[in-house]
Amino acid sequence: MESHLTLRVDGEARSLTVDTRTTLLDALRDRLSVTSPKKGCDHGQCGACTVLLDGRRVLSCLILAVAHDGAQVTTAAGLAPEDGELHPLQRAFLDHDGFQCGYCTPGQICSAAGMLDEASAGHPSLVTPVADGDGRSDGHVRRGPAALGDDEIRERMSGNLCRCGAYVNIVAAIREVSAQ
Amino acid sequence: MIPFDYAPASDTDSAVATVTARPGAAFLGGGTNLVDHMKLGIASPDLLVDVTRLPLDAVEELPDGGLRIGATVRNSDLAANPLLRSRYPLLSHALLAGASGQLRNAATTAGNLLQRTRCSYFQDVTTPCNKREPGSGCAAIGGWNRYHAVLGASEHCIAVHPSDMAVAMSAADAVVTVLGEEGERRVPLGEFYRLPGDTPQYDTNLAHGELITSVELPPLPAGARSGYRKVRDRASFAFALVSAAAVLVTDGGHVREARIAFGGLAHKPWRATHAEEALRGAVLGEEAFRLAADAELRYGQPLPGNAFKIPMARNALAALLRELAFVEERR
Ligand SMILES: Cc1cc2nc3c(=O)[nH]c(=O)nc-3n(C[C@H](O)[C@H](O)[C@H](O)COP(=O)(O)OP(=O)(O)OC[C@H]3O[C@@H](n4cnc5c(N)ncnc54)[C@H](O)[C@@H]3O)c2cc1C
Ligand code: SF4
Ligand code: FES
Ligand code: FES
Repeated sequence: MESHLTLRVDGEARSLTVDTRTTLLDALRDRLSVTSPKKGCDHGQCGACTVLLDGRRVLSCLILAVAHDGAQVTTAAGLAPEDGELHPLQRAFLDHDGFQCGYCTPGQICSAAGMLDEASAGHPSLVTPVADGDGRSDGHVRRGPAALGDDEIRERMSGNLCRCGAYVNIVAAIREVSAQ
Repeated sequence: MIPFDYAPASDTDSAVATVTARPGAAFLGGGTNLVDHMKLGIASPDLLVDVTRLPLDAVEELPDGGLRIGATVRNSDLAANPLLRSRYPLLSHALLAGASGQLRNAATTAGNLLQRTRCSYFQDVTTPCNKREPGSGCAAIGGWNRYHAVLGASEHCIAVHPSDMAVAMSAADAVVTVLGEEGERRVPLGEFYRLPGDTPQYDTNLAHGELITSVELPPLPAGARSGYRKVRDRASFAFALVSAAAVLVTDGGHVREARIAFGGLAHKPWRATHAEEALRGAVLGEEAFRLAADAELRYGQPLPGNAFKIPMARNALAALLRELAFVEERR
């Protein structure tokens, strides 16, 4: 079954007609030639297809395009503020050698961008301490950490696998941006 | 994937009517399980009714101090909700221990409850599986069953339920609100899931077309501490081998009340009533924690591939209770 929709991809309105079976990832790559998000596993297990959908990081391989008519999609290629400039995360990945083959990198960078926003909005991770009153009904809950430690970065980025094992440098790159 | 129609639900009643009337229709939440199953050929709905735009995305405080969680609240938003985090640490912890940041941003409360087993044979349409294809056999019995059930399994299916969230909800005495053509009904989580028996194709007691609208949590007892502990093959982004959720109320060195559920052991979150009974009134300490775990796990019927789950579950529960009883400020 065909369906017509418009997506705002990296700031540009794009209209297309898709079969309802088309994932957001396939719509981007095969229909709109936006090849920044990568297909690693196609089953939600690797993070290579991560994009920001209306500002939140999601896996585009498990999302049906038809369900997101009118949405804003940001890929790693569209993160930079202006043409020719690099986003701080892109700069940091270069400076810290945060990749080897580069296949996981657009997903890592989108995921890191979404993750830093989550952290500054106070979203906890599994390793975030509850300041006090844990388990008690009057408990006050601490807001998100200002700069993320390595444990926080690793836990929050665990949905992005890197077959080349560039993790140490990926963490270093994200740590630098998170401290800014 | 077979072709299908897509329709966003405009209101809950018509969503229920549409899916009830069409045997091949399914509700679509975040899609992180259903879309995967459609790709794998496990599910082949001919109509998806998208429920994510229904006004079911609120977390509301109930007059008695409990919470009502809307069916479409995303797992990440729920885990970060300050009321949930302060009043139900076990649930916030369980949510954050599940999946990844990207998946939790899409996954919904209802979809998480209804996610299906990760049994590798269930996911592989070339192998026999009674849950996927009733009567075809069970490839996991006598196959690779490291992740499978040690409690409540049957000769037809030994799968486990994979949700972390549901285990914490079980220990918290959650009640699922369901809308059907006949109106609304409230299903305690203990009656929501079922054991496989000779009909493993059914994970729950929901009828086709019934829509989950919310999950209600009664307040935990005054002074209760609660937590979740998950054991897995890697430190993050992996399903549980074993997990435990507990609510503990103590009184001068004794247990006043305990509510305990295990994950990774059975076809449903396993409410450990024998362990709860064994703990009531016991002197807080390692001996009581281990005896309580044994009171439940002695009913275990492990297979050669998963016998390790018995000591692992015992240790996980004892460690969790120790933490709740003795560690003043847990993380
Ligand atoms: C790689 C990977 C790792 C994961 N790791 C974990 C983990 O460690 N722990 C864990 O707990 N989970 C894990 N998950 C599973 C994840 O939590 C579930 O996929 C998710 O919670 C499902 O929610 P959803 O909204 O996307 O459901 P959907 O895929 O949209 O739906 C799932 C089912 O629920 C039905 N449904 C949806 N909404 C309703 C409703 N309102 N009423 C009635 N029926 C409804 C659908 O028809 C479908 O049958 C993992 C998933 C992946 C892909
Ligand atoms: S354990 Fe259950 S889900 Fe797995 S193969 Fe056997 S019948 Fe299928
Ligand atoms: S391609 Fe989407 S998670 Fe691997
Ligand atoms: S750089 Fe090669 S997969 Fe990460």
